[in-house]
Amino acid sequence: MDTIDRGNYPDFVWPYEDTSRVPFQVYTDEELYRVEQKKVFQGNVWNFLCLECEIPGPGDYKTTYAGDTPIIVVRDEADDINAMVNRCAHKGSLVCYKPRGNVKELACVYHNWVYDLRGNLTAVAFRRGVGGKGGLTDEFKNSEHGLQRLRVEVFRGLVFGTFSEKTEPVADYLGDELVSAVDRVLIKPLKVLGYYSQIFKNNWKLYVENNKDSYHASLLHVFHNTFGVVRPNMGGGIKISDSGWHHLSYTERTDISDDEIGKENVRSKQDAYSLEDPTLMEHKLELGDNVTNNIQTIFPTLVIQQILNCLAVRQLIPKGVNESELIWTILGFEDDDEEMIQHRVATNNLVGPAGFISMEDGAVGAWVQRAAKSDREALTVMPMGGRAIEPSQGSRVTEAAVRGFWKGWRECMEI
Amino acid sequence: MASIPSQLDDEVSLRLRIDALNANYVHTIDDDRLENWPNFFTADGEYSISTRENHEMGLPICLVQCKGTGMFRDRITALRQANIYEPHTYCHSVSALHIASSSEGVIATKSNFTLVRTMSEGEMMLFAAGRYVDKIVDYNGELKFAERRVILESRRIDTLLVIPI
Repeated sequence: MDTIDRGNYPDFVWPYEDTSRVPFQVYTDEELYRVEQKKVFQGNVWNFLCLECEIPGPGDYKTTYAGDTPIIVVRDEADDINAMVNRCAHKGSLVCYKPRGNVKELACVYHNWVYDLRGNLTAVAFRRGVGGKGGLTDEFKNSEHGLQRLRVEVFRGLVFGTFSEKTEPVADYLGDELVSAVDRVLIKPLKVLGYYSQIFKNNWKLYVENNKDSYHASLLHVFHNTFGVVRPNMGGGIKISDSGWHHLSYTERTDISDDEIGKENVRSKQDAYSLEDPTLMEHKLELGDNVTNNIQTIFPTLVIQQILNCLAVRQLIPKGVNESELIWTILGFEDDDEEMIQHRVATNNLVGPAGFISMEDGAVGAWVQRAAKSDREALTVMPMGGRAIEPSQGSRVTEAAVRGFWKGWRECMEI
Repeated sequence: MASIPSQLDDEVSLRLRIDALNANYVHTIDDDRLENWPNFFTADGEYSISTRENHEMGLPICLVQCKGTGMFRDRITALRQANIYEPHTYCHSVSALHIASSSEGVIATKSNFTLVRTMSEGEMMLFAAGRYVDKIVDYNGELKFAERRVILESRRIDTLLVIPI
């Protein structure tokens, strides 16, 4: 009975004393994936849903996902933002089947059940039947058949939703230090400059790990080294929330010294090449400091990115145990002039599925996935920076934030 | 009466020249002669890859944008020397050439493409489909792109995009 009480777990026990070892099974097990939907995405977490600026007016909606679950985010007549599961209470059809739009009410086209913008069922077609025959009986109460609602919090223009009554406010969820990190980047009203997405042939957690793994940055992504534009020994570090769940990795431009990197055996041909046109590396200082790279993760699946002047949020959506989709929303500020917009377009060559410094992230997860499936019990090893989940100043050669992610995952999964 | 065949001749001849340009362009990519790719563009030519979604919403972001020969060459140098990816090849098909206008030496055209990607282990997929929206100029008797905008039908890129389309 134990398995039923704990939410129908597969027979799975964490195989190591801490999170510096992870079994491959977590990337390939269908049962764990199913449990994650309930325990992680529908558990005590804040799922990023959309940006406030994407639904600026009453009736504006956008469809999205929280884990596997389809979600409608809509602004109502009172200017409040509501989020509901995008699934009609009648037969379970998608209520909104377009990516975005403006509506006065939410009507399911299948049988014309109609909901208001807060998800309350307001009308059922042929409620009284036709000619006195058919229709609903008196026992049917509209109030019992609304859309399933999420709790919503709008935080610095980001719209988050949670299925749980217990999830603490977003600011507490992140902790002071990582709230400051959000405030550092999202300093003004935002504007969407474009979208694209990337399909990973790997479990969603491999991409989350990749973002928290600052160790790989200068090793896998050798664009900077190859073109001699930045050294891995620039200043910076890692911040980790007290919970271990969220992190920030940042790089600061300081005086460049070749001493240390010259001794490292990195796979790059240093200074063998130079950029013929370095426009895309130009950094217009706009945030009041010299931080060039700022990658912040918010558990479970949001990334807030500042790379030079390229601002974005990346929302990861699991698509079954072996696949995930990363939705990139590229941002500017509402008051950007045309020159700044064009500059952001140029620097965007660095990131995304075709990004000079990011494209490899699309491939490595799939390589792990392919290699992992034959051996469920084998363990990955994450010893960089010891076993602790603690911040690091001056060095990003640590896997502490990845260990922190697994701490969060185990806490949610109660594993 | 002589003017009608002559006008038709001009049109057919232009279509054939643009067809040849498009064929030459995709074979250059598909045959991995990427160092020649920048030569299809004028010195200040512009290339971009965006999506139908961004295009229709009037959003400026592109997945790739090159302005001027330097950026084209940087893309290829990065592909050859810096970026890491599993070996794969492209097979493009180009169709439905439409010549929208031709004035003051600039020919505005549109054509469709489909692009099949094959990985080294043999996996094949329809990697992309979309439109080329082009501005073509005659440069010393040779047609070149002053602008080639690649508009992808889908916002989704499988894994990564490193070889130009």
